[in-house]
Amino acid sequence: MNETHLIAAQTLCSHYNIEVSFVNALNELGLIRIEIIEQNLFIHQDQITDLEKIVRLHKELNVNLEGIDVVFNLLEKEKELRNELNALKNRLRLYEND
Amino acid sequence: MAFIDYYKILGVSKSATDKEIKTAYRKLARKYHPDLNPDNKEAEQKFKEINEANEVLSIAEKRKKYDKYGKDWKHGDEYEKAQQQQRRQSRQQSSQQGFSNEEYSDFFESMFGGGGSSYHQSQSPKFKGQDYNAELHLHLKDVYTTQKQVLTVNGKKIRLTIPAGVENGQLIKIKGKGGLGINNGPNGDLYIKFIVDNHTEFKREGDNLYKNVNLDLYTSILGGEITVDTFNGKVKLKITPETKNESKVKLKGKGFPMYKQEGKFGDLIITFHIVMPADLSEKELELFRELQKIKEDE
Repeated sequence: MNETHLIAAQTLCSHYNIEVSFVNALNELGLIRIEIIEQNLFIHQDQITDLEKIVRLHKELNVNLEGIDVVFNLLEKEKELRNELNALKNRLRLYEND
Repeated sequence: MAFIDYYKILGVSKSATDKEIKTAYRKLARKYHPDLNPDNKEAEQKFKEINEANEVLSIAEKRKKYDKYGKDWKHGDEYEKAQQQQRRQSRQQSSQQGFSNEEYSDFFESMFGGGGSSYHQSQSPKFKGQDYNAELHLHLKDVYTTQKQVLTVNGKKIRLTIPAGVENGQLIKIKGKGGLGINNGPNGDLYIKFIVDNHTEFKREGDNLYKNVNLDLYTSILGGEITVDTFNGKVKLKITPETKNESKVKLKGKGFPMYKQEGKFGDLIITFHIVMPADLSEKELELFRELQKIKEDE
């Protein structure tokens, strides 16, 4: 993995006002993947969007980490269903305006 | 500027306690939070409204002012004075916290000034830039070939290569082309949704194209050769004798380009519609009667 795309967990924690232990807990639950390089924790920049979402759900809606995991899974399913719906709508156009 | 009933937005009565307001707000926030309603502009708007309502009703001073002047906000010198003072305070507050006034309705701003302490934004300073969403309308003919386009998103020009075969409703992510990151953080991403309008005689499903072709009765019975327009030119097609109505033929590789698979194409499926002869002459009718008689005698 290209190290230039990694951001120190400590930096992110101070920006988002969260504890490193919170990031560790996210890693243990599989919500965020952390990289350990020379005993320092890093997060890939691709995961920042998810991290921000987790922080918002946790702080603003008081959703616990297990709840966030459930929410993420449901959102993923919803995304798959929306893609399927889009494919079906495209298919339906075959039979419209005949 | 319309009066906004914050109590109605939160679904509580005017005599609601702070606890009831908090409970109502939290329940609605969980329902309409943008993270739980991706790509849902209606929910986003509703979330802004309930945030605004909570902003006013959860703070005793603001609630008191709203209750007192809410409906008659256009009148009263006292209200005007308070408004000006509040505006000054809120401007100071908003410059410290970096809020966008667009988060609030005109009604809110008229009563309380620019922005207050948004629940949504105050607790998590942004690091990564904002993601942008855009829709790009293309014609089916445009997406038959790979093409380059220059888009202007928020004043910035972005060169975009649109691969041939892009699907209607397909979403692509362009990394780093969203809002600027804060404190050297990465930029947000740009999400472009393609809307492919089809005004051609072809219908598309994935990589395959479908087309209806009319066939005269005589060719369908006797067979022959016809010329068919495909998406990229004409082809000659042999019609086998006794071709049935609604029968299909598949022209391999004459469909739509496969997305990101250069040189590969789907198929063109042709459905024949047999057109009955009309305005027959007496001689033609006579011949048909003869044919009918032959059939009956068999």
